[in-house]
Amino acid sequence: MSDPGYTKNEIMIAASARLLAGVRNCFVGVGLPNIVCNLAQRTVAPDLQLVYESGVFGARPERLPLSIGDPTLVSGSTAVTSMFELFAYYLQAGLIDVAFLGGAQIDRYGNLNTTVIGDYHRPKVRLPGSGGACEIAIHARKVLVIMRQAQRSFVDELHFRTSPGHSGDPEHDRARGWWGSGPTNVVTDLGTYGFDEETGEMTLLTLHPGVTLDQVRENMGWEPKVAPDLGETPPPTPEELRLIREELDPEGVYTS
Amino acid sequence: MGNKVTTMRDAIAELVRDGDTVAIEGFTHLICFAAGHEIIRQRKRDLTLARMTPDVIYDQMIGAGVARKLIFSWLGNPGVGSLHAARRRIEQQDPEPLEIEEYSHFGMVCRYVAGAANLPFFPIRSYYESDIPKVNPNIKWMRSPYEDGTEVAVVPPLRPDVTIVACQRATPEGDAQIWGLLGCQKEAAFAADRVIVVCEELVDESVIRRDPNRTVIPSIIVDAVVEQPYSCHPSFAQGYYDRDNAFYLKWDEISRDPEALDAWLKEWVYDLESHADYIEKMGPAHWESLKPEPATSGEVNYGRYA
Repeated sequence: MSDPGYTKNEIMIAASARLLAGVRNCFVGVGLPNIVCNLAQRTVAPDLQLVYESGVFGARPERLPLSIGDPTLVSGSTAVTSMFELFAYYLQAGLIDVAFLGGAQIDRYGNLNTTVIGDYHRPKVRLPGSGGACEIAIHARKVLVIMRQAQRSFVDELHFRTSPGHSGDPEHDRARGWWGSGPTNVVTDLGTYGFDEETGEMTLLTLHPGVTLDQVRENMGWEPKVAPDLGETPPPTPEELRLIREELDPEGVYTS
Repeated sequence: MGNKVTTMRDAIAELVRDGDTVAIEGFTHLICFAAGHEIIRQRKRDLTLARMTPDVIYDQMIGAGVARKLIFSWLGNPGVGSLHAARRRIEQQDPEPLEIEEYSHFGMVCRYVAGAANLPFFPIRSYYESDIPKVNPNIKWMRSPYEDGTEVAVVPPLRPDVTIVACQRATPEGDAQIWGLLGCQKEAAFAADRVIVVCEELVDESVIRRDPNRTVIPSIIVDAVVEQPYSCHPSFAQGYYDRDNAFYLKWDEISRDPEALDAWLKEWVYDLESHADYIEKMGPAHWESLKPEPATSGEVNYGRYA
């Protein structure tokens, strides 16, 4: 395939940023989600308030932070809160519109594992654990997931369920009484997914340009559900690429 | 009350005992590495280390063999990846096992809240349909005794024997002011039996009294005050010095290799007498490179009501 003029990360970033159109606030993670949110603020969501798990609301970072606890997030923000206030009054009370989550493993219902590969008590790989992910999955009104796709990460069965997604039974999901309802979208290096309203199952909505359905199948641990009107992900626009390359990640840390 | 100023060596020697539960809190910000290094230097043993995010400091302490158990909610090197010394002990029991007890961030914060507020437990809406409670029996379930009968998870109080908190400025008595990320230092300090405050600078009581809203830790709960500039490096102190991200990246390499880790501990902890030596060894150019341009807040008018 010829060079499309953008990287895998760049189309993941652009496709994710468009999902934030009109969103008022977003719980940001480091790495790709950080660039996604900053791109959305400059394009489809000019009023987007960036919220960081470290307790910052309305951040205006002047540089790309390495961690979610960077001092650049504090200076110029609208509020800095204690961890208790952030999780209790903002997240648990339902004020967070959108949050980004990722993980080592995701299943077809959007359940996420960030805890362990192998047995919990005899782990093959010990991962970081929940952090705030468990409660973010429960309380954020929408949860977006950005992950590279592979057999080992898109699995039929999780080794550990750190953060709950859809249950597979929509009636059960509606009766939960949570602000959130499991992930709403997943963006990978191959395509974009939504979740079926009836079954709560991850459903392929678009393929990135040049990607085939077979490639998607080769990189997931179950037979994917495909939307009847399967489309193509619009490639990043020149303006999106300019913002990513010149303003948001000039050194190409996350996008090359 | 009165003057509680002491040295880091004396504060750790007198207030941190083998077998204690120790919390050096600070959510990426104001993590008191200097206190962790002194605990390593004094070869404390069998500690239970509590922290939301164990961070590089606990990886160093775990690598040095001071810890028996870890209580946490996110075990990683923020923005970088893994804490390899902790992982070796959990995955391979190398060189010995490390007991773990894990929560989510909100659960961990609320354990401190319960400890600080003298409550038997704290209810939160979390852990629903998660496997975390299956591996941590301390997370339990209850129904609200009020009409709606909502099911909530409850977590038990966490009462550290010692909490160590770094701050920008404090009085000799221990009234401590913090600005920037607040983490859960206030809750962890109020929950603790003993509290050590480590400040970038000691200030006169009049400085604190001019801006009382900024006081996070009151002297009434403080046992010792240590004045120690750069005590948080490679973490940061808002307005004083930047996060040393290059070191966080470098730690990934160091901690992957047990021999490199031991060599690092020897060079930067055991062979130095105190944090003053560490500052000198790092060199003035390094500290200069971490210094931010000033960005001061405007003043507020508290008013004088004579």
